[in-house]
Amino acid sequence: MLEITNLHAGADGVEILKGINLTVNAGEVHAIMGPNGSGKSTLAQVLAGREDYQVTEGTVRYEGKDLLEMEPEERALAGLFMAFQYPVEIPGVTNAYFLRVAYNAQRKSRGLEEVDPIDFMDLLDEKLKTVDWTAEILERQVNAGMSGGEKKRNEILQMAVLEPKLAVLDETDSGLDIDALKIVAQGVNNMRRPDNALIVVTHYQRLLNYIVPDYVHVLVDGRIVKSGGKELALELEAKGYEWVQEAGAVS
Amino acid sequence: MTGSSVKELVDREYKWGFVTDIESDVIPPGLNEDVIRLISSKKDEPEWLLEWRLKAYRGWLKMTEPHWANVHYDPIDYNGMIYYAAPKTEKPLGSLDEVDPKLLETYEKLGIPLSEQKRLTGVAVDAIFDSVSVATTYKETLAKQGVTFCSFSEAVKEHPEIVRKYLGSVVPRSDNFFAALNAAVFSDGSFVFIPKGVRCPMELSTYFRINAANTGQFERTLIIAEEGASVSYLEGCTAPMRDENQLHAAVVELIALDDATIKYSTVQNWYSGDENGVGGVYNFVTKRGKCAGVNSRITWTQVETGSAITWKYPSVILQGDNSIGEFYSVAVVNRYQQADTGTKMIHIGKNTRSTIISKGISAGHGNNSYRGMVKVLPSADGARNYTQCDSMLIGNECGAHTFPYIDIQNNTTSMEHEASTRKIGEDQIFYCKQRGLTTEDAISLIVNGFAKEVFQYLPMEFAVEAQNLLGITLEGSVG
Ligand SMILES: Nc1ncnc2c1ncn2[C@@H]1O[C@H](COP(=O)(O)OP(=O)(O)OP(=O)(O)O)[C@@H](O)[C@H]1O
Ligand SMILES: [Mg+2]
Repeated sequence: MLEITNLHAGADGVEILKGINLTVNAGEVHAIMGPNGSGKSTLAQVLAGREDYQVTEGTVRYEGKDLLEMEPEERALAGLFMAFQYPVEIPGVTNAYFLRVAYNAQRKSRGLEEVDPIDFMDLLDEKLKTVDWTAEILERQVNAGMSGGEKKRNEILQMAVLEPKLAVLDETDSGLDIDALKIVAQGVNNMRRPDNALIVVTHYQRLLNYIVPDYVHVLVDGRIVKSGGKELALELEAKGYEWVQEAGAVS
Repeated sequence: MTGSSVKELVDREYKWGFVTDIESDVIPPGLNEDVIRLISSKKDEPEWLLEWRLKAYRGWLKMTEPHWANVHYDPIDYNGMIYYAAPKTEKPLGSLDEVDPKLLETYEKLGIPLSEQKRLTGVAVDAIFDSVSVATTYKETLAKQGVTFCSFSEAVKEHPEIVRKYLGSVVPRSDNFFAALNAAVFSDGSFVFIPKGVRCPMELSTYFRINAANTGQFERTLIIAEEGASVSYLEGCTAPMRDENQLHAAVVELIALDDATIKYSTVQNWYSGDENGVGGVYNFVTKRGKCAGVNSRITWTQVETGSAITWKYPSVILQGDNSIGEFYSVAVVNRYQQADTGTKMIHIGKNTRSTIISKGISAGHGNNSYRGMVKVLPSADGARNYTQCDSMLIGNECGAHTFPYIDIQNNTTSMEHEASTRKIGEDQIFYCKQRGLTTEDAISLIVNGFAKEVFQYLPMEFAVEAQNLLGITLEGSVG
């Protein structure tokens, strides 16, 4: 589904990603961990097409296409979703409207008829359940005036509505209380299917108890220095990043 | 905008820019007393009205064009302009079905169907084409309720005493340069009279269309709501795309007596000129309402998306005790458009209240100024004003300016003023794009969110149209 080869990218002439290699197949869950400033969000944003970052080397293939050639909205319409580490506020626009516009953009790109607000409400009813929310949230403004935890949950609601093929969750667990964490994890798990895939960026092993990864990668200073199974997360938690940095230097 | 993330977008044509090929009765260009006499005689006006026009004209000759607004344009040749143009008709029209099919077609194309079968439900329309009113729908239905809704010319004939009483009572013929010009040469407009105790049962609206070339449009609207009456009125306007500038200098007067309510909404979409700033309408308009009675209320809501230049300050004179004046405005400029718009709230009565919410959006090389005055006279004990004035910038070459004037002569006044200026967020656009929206749709969504507080005051039927217009005006705003 996704194949990242020797990806180098940076901003303002400073290299942040220094040769990333990563392959994600349908049905898989990959966790990316790593210290602050190691480049996790940069990787997510480069995949989503943020133009603040320049790709200097390497390739990214997504579903057989050259991802780096695509506009951000083309990537989104091709099923790539990123849950933002810092969800952006859009004052004056309701969640209900935003979700419908985004949903209809997808439908339109697939040659389907747009859904009207009334039919869309039925669909939303279902989706709200996946994040254990009531319809009240739909009349709130997109992220504006929401708490940090609510914003994260709102990202997952959007994901539930858009049903992406490949979702990149950038620290969606940060700022969630323990109940919300379970709800969000549950919501994400409900969306897992053999034909879609997940990349989960997190600092905490805790999330991975709920969303169990097939692979764990450790990103340090723009490189994946270690990859392994779900046990790697536990090991990291016990030993810290210094351990992988040393191990990475050895291997 | 930092530029890199936003691709060049293609401008879509101004879709209202077509010209109707219709034979017109046009008088030669130029302005003098004979021209005024000619206009007056074409309209078969009473002597007093001609006199009123001539006095206005003589006053105008002594006035100079105002240049204090933050707008720039080449001198206007008032003698090179045509002051009267009307589609030719063989005979006076008995009913709508006798209106020239070309005109009906024009309004149909503009989305304002006038023909009996296809009328907008719940909205009565007065259609003004160049200098004259060509049709007014639902007249009989309204008349049954005692509501008069007709063209100004007709009102002069049918209700001369009311017209004479109120004409110039809010905007005197000597008020300002453009108002005086209008008083001298105005051709038509709408007239609304809601008698005591009547709530107008439907939305009233006037649709203005400039068609003829090199012609100024000078309409005059007069709305009177007697004691306890209420009305909601909406005006829309478009013009063909022409390389030369066209002058539109209208006057609107509103009078609300005791406990009366007038809600006046505008969706202004005159042609704004091409991408290089050539052509477009000069929209120099004087709009003022008088809350003459106690507990009366006047609300101006405007969505200004068109015109090359807009100079317009819909105001309220709060004379009656406890009266309320409101001004809700969204003004968008793109390309080389300039807007200098705002309001004046003059508090005279006790416990009068005013609210001003202005949302300015600037894109391209557009220049947007908010100019607002709040004046509280010594008599206005307990007056209150709330002003909120927000600007949004799209790109680096546009401008936003705020000119508030505050003149408080009573120390029991309470005032609150908030202002903000922000750039449209690159991160907001990216967020929307990540959810599958195009740049254009993203900008339209973000800007509509910004302007939402004002849209909620528009009649439902027009709120959607206004949102679409905003999107269209901003197309190609980033590159
Ligand atoms: N747009 C940018 N311009 C300049 N430097 C940037 C930019 N974005 C990120 N960086 C720098 O690149 C490095 C990696 O940042 P990134 O946000 O990818 O880290 P992260 O791994 O997500 O960290 P965290 O765990 O704190 O979220 C940091 O040093 C950061 O300051
Ligand atoms: Mg990060």
